[in-house]
Amino acid sequence: MILSLVLLPQAASETPEEKGFAIAKEADRRDTGFKSSTANLLMVLKNKHGQESIRKIRIRTLEVKGDGDKSLSIFDNPRDVKGTAFLTFSHKRKDDDQWLYLPALKRVKRISSRNKSGSFMGSEFAYEDISSQEVEKYTYKWIRDEMVDGRACFVAEFYPVDKKNSGYTRQVNWIDKSEYRVWKVEYFDRKKSLFKTLTMKGYQKYLDRYWRADEMNMVNHQNGKSTRLEFSDYKFGAGLKDRDFSKNSLKRVR
Amino acid sequence: MKISLFLIVPLLTICVTGATAASVSEFSGYVAVEGRVFFNEALFSEQERGSVSFVLQPEYYHEWENGSSLTAVPFARIDSADSERSHLDIRELNYLWLSQNWELRVGIGKVFWGVTEFVHLVDIINQTDLVEAIDGEDKLGQPMANLSYPTDLGTFDLFVLPYFRERTFPGISGRLRSEPVVDTDRAVYESNDEEHHIDLAIRYSHSIGDWDFGIYNFNGTGREPTLVLNLDEDGEPALVPFYELINQTGLDLQTVKGNWLFKLEALYRTGQGDGFFAGVGGFEYAFANIAQTGLDLGIIGEWAFDERGDDATTPFQNDVMLGLRLELNDAASSRLLAGFSQDLENASTAFSVEASRRFGNNWRLSFELRSFYNQSEDDPFFSVRDDDYVQLELAFYL
Repeated sequence: MILSLVLLPQAASETPEEKGFAIAKEADRRDTGFKSSTANLLMVLKNKHGQESIRKIRIRTLEVKGDGDKSLSIFDNPRDVKGTAFLTFSHKRKDDDQWLYLPALKRVKRISSRNKSGSFMGSEFAYEDISSQEVEKYTYKWIRDEMVDGRACFVAEFYPVDKKNSGYTRQVNWIDKSEYRVWKVEYFDRKKSLFKTLTMKGYQKYLDRYWRADEMNMVNHQNGKSTRLEFSDYKFGAGLKDRDFSKNSLKRVR
Repeated sequence: MKISLFLIVPLLTICVTGATAASVSEFSGYVAVEGRVFFNEALFSEQERGSVSFVLQPEYYHEWENGSSLTAVPFARIDSADSERSHLDIRELNYLWLSQNWELRVGIGKVFWGVTEFVHLVDIINQTDLVEAIDGEDKLGQPMANLSYPTDLGTFDLFVLPYFRERTFPGISGRLRSEPVVDTDRAVYESNDEEHHIDLAIRYSHSIGDWDFGIYNFNGTGREPTLVLNLDEDGEPALVPFYELINQTGLDLQTVKGNWLFKLEALYRTGQGDGFFAGVGGFEYAFANIAQTGLDLGIIGEWAFDERGDDATTPFQNDVMLGLRLELNDAASSRLLAGFSQDLENASTAFSVEASRRFGNNWRLSFELRSFYNQSEDDPFFSVRDDDYVQLELAFYL
């Protein structure tokens, strides 16, 4: 009782924007400290006729103190792009640094990271959906609380800071209150109409702390296509170092 | 079929430390069939109107638990028209020794340096496999020991190159050739050691924020021969490749500013006539996700310059190149690159289109068109003025 009396004035003075920011900040805090991770990703692209095509990607991530993560994605499939790799140094406030490795030419190409709204490898995921989600990349607003599949969730809107290059005006996130996991995201395009919906399934806990979904499904409501991501072999504390995320490392990935 | 197979007893002793549970072996590569049709009747009676080629490039890779690895990539092409284009090569056969603080690659390898799209000026470690394609992007395997030392202040690379590979040139019945033909059997070297001269290169490269750059010095037998008019065994005129000992300092520089990429390659070479500068610079601008269609469009502009002017051993002595890159970002990864080049000192122009898309999970179909206009007699492309062609290649990736 005393506790609630002490907390009440504070809670009452918190604006929806502050509450939204606090939710994002807490979700970020809970996901901090994993140092590095690796995972295998099967990407299933489905067109509006139901035809599927697949991509197999290995993902390596390195946490960087005080800045966005570094990540390396290596393609194993389709076979004609086998060995192609993306290296990204994401940043909290400025454009990400991005390089593409083309194995046939042994060439490392710097690429512009402004293409945030563009499709990642022909999928319904845009570059901005798969890039490192940093607190500083959005502004926030808590909308309401809602029960989803028996879970008490915050519903919060995320607004991209880089309005000019983002494909979205807002994202509506459903985040559970107990573990701060994202279960659903609705993306609204520049005309403010519903564009895509992302849902997560099969969350698992790693190192007794870090939650990762086994499956993500992105449905594009405007073109009828969808992309399913299936993650496997998640490894945390993989002991990766800066050196594994360099231009030199791109040349020796397989 | 001429066999220019380069067989070298590998310089390395492969330390097979016994395969562990975490070691990986994999087999990949591709087979392809290629057809070319030339628009015009051949200029020279030995040449044909078209050709069919078969290509095989398997790849074997083994990685040990400690990160060290072995790579083997043999290559073969059989061509219906040109016996010089039918050839074998070992693109790669090397062992990578990954230590805590450095990497050592020993064997036959491939290295690319450079940033620009249409001219590959500073790229020097590997010899150009010119019979493969005239864009100079296909390379022969180069025997090397490469020590790479990455630090927080950039990466230092040292190359010891113990054996020289001669450039390949189309034979008498091949299109896209010089007139007279290059007689590759009679190459002449400045070095008394000929192809056994040990070439050295050292390179420093780094990325700082939006900038990537590399600077190197190469000392050894130049990859770009001077073609000297001479007589062949039958007393017919022939061009003999002369490979000089050169020293070359090169720079490649690139920066990204929003949707812009700015690029520069420059070199200074001595030992091939008077010392000279050459450079190529330009930009690429990306229009991303046009009208939310997922379509990416890139506009490329480059200018290449060579201080030697008409005496340059490359076709790019003062030329402007414009390009258009289109990526559909569809499931088939459909893409197109169109290029247009204009010589600023005569009327010569050239046009090219490269396009490809995937079928299913393992097939890729590629289309290529090249055409040449108003070639003047002093342009290196004069002898290919009627060699405009279209090419289709269907490749199956293992």
